[in-house]
Amino acid sequence: MTDIKIKITDRDGNTHEVDAPTDMNMNLMEVVRSYELAPEGTIGICGGMAMCASCQCYVRSKHELPEKSDDEDAMLAEAFYVEDNSRLGCQIHMTEDLDGLEVQLAPES
Amino acid sequence: MIETDILIIGAGPTGLFTVFEAGLLKLKCHLIDALPQSGGQCSEIYPKKPIYDIPGFPEVLAGELVDNLMEQIKPFQPGFTLGERAETIQKLDDGTFIVTTNKGTKHHAPIVAIAGGLGSFEPRKPKLENLAKYEDKGIAYIIKDPEVYRDKKVVIAGGGDSALDWSIFLADVASEVTLVHRRNEFRGALDSVEKVQQLKDAGKIKLITPAEIIGLEGDDQLKAVLIKKMGEEESITLEVDNFIPLFGLSPKLGPIGDWGLEIEKNAIKVDNTLDYQTNIPGVYAIGDVNTYPGKLKLILCGFHEATLMCQSAYQRIFPDKKYVMKYTTVGGVTGFDGSKKEAPKAVIKAIE
Repeated sequence: MTDIKIKITDRDGNTHEVDAPTDMNMNLMEVVRSYELAPEGTIGICGGMAMCASCQCYVRSKHELPEKSDDEDAMLAEAFYVEDNSRLGCQIHMTEDLDGLEVQLAPES
Repeated sequence: MIETDILIIGAGPTGLFTVFEAGLLKLKCHLIDALPQSGGQCSEIYPKKPIYDIPGFPEVLAGELVDNLMEQIKPFQPGFTLGERAETIQKLDDGTFIVTTNKGTKHHAPIVAIAGGLGSFEPRKPKLENLAKYEDKGIAYIIKDPEVYRDKKVVIAGGGDSALDWSIFLADVASEVTLVHRRNEFRGALDSVEKVQQLKDAGKIKLITPAEIIGLEGDDQLKAVLIKKMGEEESITLEVDNFIPLFGLSPKLGPIGDWGLEIEKNAIKVDNTLDYQTNIPGVYAIGDVNTYPGKLKLILCGFHEATLMCQSAYQRIFPDKKYVMKYTTVGGVTGFDGSKKEAPKAVIKAIE
């Protein structure tokens, strides 16, 4: 299997179920951009270096995600609207374990 | 009024390289940028990150790339209006443009090249009630003149380099500096972190972590902030004269979006079959700020776009002149400062 299903709730509250490839070295931020679920220029501003928090999302399902790197942790410490389940989409790589993942995009800031 | 041939909006890599290509055509450039330094995102967001896809550079730090570009364009003596945001554009009867910044600086040029990246960097503001009420009345997001804080009680919020660096600097200026951050850990240059540690131990900086500012108090002027320490019920009221939230900057397309340019997906539509001109003749958009079918937001693509755009700008300024592109290996580089770089002549000598 190379595609997984992910549920992404956009900033307007609409939920989209999308297919995400696991064999293309993609992260969640890139999946959101490829389906244009957030306007260009409002997500992935730093390109995926955990340096801007524009791809912050809330993880709604119980999936076990890889631990936050120090960079991601520090960036979230400076971001707004941060909750306990906040993660940076750019740091979540699409793997088969994440099939059925449910996330919600954090507000733009 | 600042007069130039090509007015470049945005001093990131694409804008900087435009100066070089324009210089080869003997066109002068002036750059406007909202940030106080050149380099755009490369300087502001990731100066220490290596880039691997600049042709001819297997690896180069973003900050080094900017330094190199500044060195490369030096002979062409570009002008800079830094720390100001391009606000309005006015087309004159003769087809030239006047661009005015938020501080009222006026620039006049026949060509405008928008190399604005994702837009101008605006401070990220914390979500606090009455925040706008105290802006410039005790709250500032950018420190322009540190003397404003002399003998004042200052609270700084944030956990990055700018929060650390300004806490260190203001420790000697303000009567009291308090640094509030949501974590105990700070993300910054090691020596800044150590310096703040020393100043804290010496009692010159008060550190409140992990904590967050949750409220503002005052009449006309800010008088106090409410600080909530994580895990504690009661918040602390701290009397202050100034509050400086330093949560980084985020780019916004901003006023350029109201210039009558065709916008698609937060970017400016251009003619990619020819010269990256916008729907307004004489106004070009190059680099990350533009869009066209197949667009890639890469520095190397911005360089290419800048090069073609300069040729078109030249034809627009001098419609009757014939111009043939010259290689720098052949023509060398003659700066406006009188400098000349050229390939050394080979020795032609018989071997006896």
